[in-house]
Amino acid sequence: MAASPNDKPPASHQSLAELRTGQRCILDRLDLPEDLARRLMELGFLPGNEIVLGRKAPGGGPRVYRVDGSEVALRQETAAHLYVRRDPESDLIVLS
Amino acid sequence: MSSCHGETPGSGLPRAGLLPNPNILPPRPPGERPIIVAIVGPPNSGKSTLFNRLTGLRQKVANFPGVTVEHRMGKAKLKSHQEVFLVDLPGVYSLVPRAEDEQVTHDVLTGARPDFPKPDAVILILDVTNLGRNLVLAAPILSLGLPTLVLLNMADDLAQRGGKVNVAALSSELKSPVALISAAKGTGIDSIQQFLLGTAARLNAPPTRIELPVLQDVPTCRQWAANLGKRASYRPPAPPIWTRRLDAVFLHPVAGPLIFAAILVAVFQSIFSWATPVMNFLSASVESSGVWMKHVLPDSPFSSLLIDGVWKGVGSVLVFLPQILLLFFFIGILEDSGYLARAALIADRTMAKFGLQGKSFIPLLSAYACAVPAVMATRVIENKRDRIATMLIAPLMTCSARLPVYILLIAAFIPNIKVLGDFLSLPTATMLGLYVLGFAAAILTARALKSTILKSKNTSFVLEMPPYRWPTLQSLSLRLVDRAKVFLRRAGTVILAVSVLLWILAHLPLEGGKIPTLDHSFAASIGKAIEPLIKPLGFNWKIGIGLISSLIAREVMVSTLGTIYGIQGDEHSAGLQAALHHDLSTAGAIALLIFFAFAMQCFSTLAVVKRETGGWRWPAFQFSYMLAMAYSGSWLAYHIASHFLG
Repeated sequence: MAASPNDKPPASHQSLAELRTGQRCILDRLDLPEDLARRLMELGFLPGNEIVLGRKAPGGGPRVYRVDGSEVALRQETAAHLYVRRDPESDLIVLS
Repeated sequence: MSSCHGETPGSGLPRAGLLPNPNILPPRPPGERPIIVAIVGPPNSGKSTLFNRLTGLRQKVANFPGVTVEHRMGKAKLKSHQEVFLVDLPGVYSLVPRAEDEQVTHDVLTGARPDFPKPDAVILILDVTNLGRNLVLAAPILSLGLPTLVLLNMADDLAQRGGKVNVAALSSELKSPVALISAAKGTGIDSIQQFLLGTAARLNAPPTRIELPVLQDVPTCRQWAANLGKRASYRPPAPPIWTRRLDAVFLHPVAGPLIFAAILVAVFQSIFSWATPVMNFLSASVESSGVWMKHVLPDSPFSSLLIDGVWKGVGSVLVFLPQILLLFFFIGILEDSGYLARAALIADRTMAKFGLQGKSFIPLLSAYACAVPAVMATRVIENKRDRIATMLIAPLMTCSARLPVYILLIAAFIPNIKVLGDFLSLPTATMLGLYVLGFAAAILTARALKSTILKSKNTSFVLEMPPYRWPTLQSLSLRLVDRAKVFLRRAGTVILAVSVLLWILAHLPLEGGKIPTLDHSFAASIGKAIEPLIKPLGFNWKIGIGLISSLIAREVMVSTLGTIYGIQGDEHSAGLQAALHHDLSTAGAIALLIFFAFAMQCFSTLAVVKRETGGWRWPAFQFSYMLAMAYSGSWLAYHIASHFLG
């Protein structure tokens, strides 16, 4: 496939909930009710933005995500509806 | 989606300090008003630091007529010895006039305020460590068409924490000069001098047009800002190093929850141990000043009203101010430092079991001080049903207004025997038990509400984790002054009025021109009217008077009893505690404690719930369910306690 920079990459089926702490990824789409999607977009969860996976709350609670210069906590069931792409070039583990 | 595509040809790409100056026009003719430059930026972007740096001490604070919003004016001297007036406008995230400060900023910038001339140019200051969010404000500011300098503040922070941005690329996207600065350190300030010098020349220049997004739609604006950031190769910085280090401890799988529990215990422990000496001192002062007034004032019905009605009534409540302030002081530290968000994160899993979410933890913690600010704090919860459920259960948490009643009844009826050696005495255990009871009632009610009338499909939890900060003395003292004002206003109005009314009801009708005994007063008739209802709970008509007056506010119970027994003239001021034994058995006292744990006796809370839910439906429901719990709870407690205590 001729990949011109403006072409949309194929839709991703990997969700944010499947990645590990410290991984980087690019948000592809939000599959959530409109009001929640809107709220997340206001906080920086915009398609194309980079997300770094932060710490989990103790006891398997929500996880903290670094996005657009802020840290935002989401429950796993919400993160499972955020689909991401992994960019091999920047797919690094970020330490702490 | 609209955004600004295309390159700007020409415009010798600016670096910090080298600004494009494409439209040089001759300076204004002399005699016209001085040049005014507005400084605009989101809250915490470093606006005021910059303003102070530019103006030095040549500034004054002023209010726009008719609004409470402050602005500051100051003069900046340019290197050319010209003077420019700078105006520091309120910090805003958008120009959509929703709140008063947004309205003021909007009106000044569009020239809509008759009392303030339209600025000639704008300095837009943005926090570059959070550019995505801050850049949203650039859209409405640039669309004003005024010459604009965009300052990216906290450049040192950005570099230190591994972020970067291409200033030249951003400048060509925005078609405005852009400079990286650190207002705190004073780096990059030269660029402002150059811009201000240029402003004198650039006035009346036709504005450069760039394509801007629809301003009202936040996601669109964020997307526009994100795209801009991408074209300027913006890389957001990692959280500050101390935030990462502290989170490694506070969110640690084992240490995190332990610290969380330790902080809660420490807060409550210190409230009781630190506030007690102050409270003892205050209550002794109220007592002795009452005695002093009795000596000084001539004996008359008026002096009795003043001492027994007003002073003892209001004084018995004032005693609790230190404890309330102390709790708000701790909550203030937790909130301002950023820890409260982590606490909400840790609490989320547990709260989810009861159908709530981590964000409910913050209002519920405030509810330990007072339900009124707690109900207002529920605004952080986006889900409407979660929010209403949190409001409905908040008054079950043991608020500080219950403490006077608990302390009085426990001191009077619960013997001081050791339960766990020196570690725990029976009165302390009872107090703890009442806290646990309130908390258990709250979460079980939440569970019941969330699985019936307030069922919602999937609750989400979205919470921003602010970086850790040192709480500032200024913000903490503001909170405390605020709370003290609310409390004193209540003591000075509601509680004063109830105390006076009660005193009058207890002194009328006159019997042959003389004051009746309490038995024959109007107050007694009211108490006796409800006596049949409360007799099954172990309360007589005197307690009934207290229950009715405490519907206004729980702590009024104590002042009411103070007034009632003050009237009866208990010479041996062994005080209220001893007097209560005439009217209440130990089983009755336990029932009364349970009644106060559950009942919705606070008019202020009902009023604020009405305001926040937009009607009387929810406050009415709240009042009824809590009264039902209180009545059945104390009935049970009375019968069980009577059985065991004989």
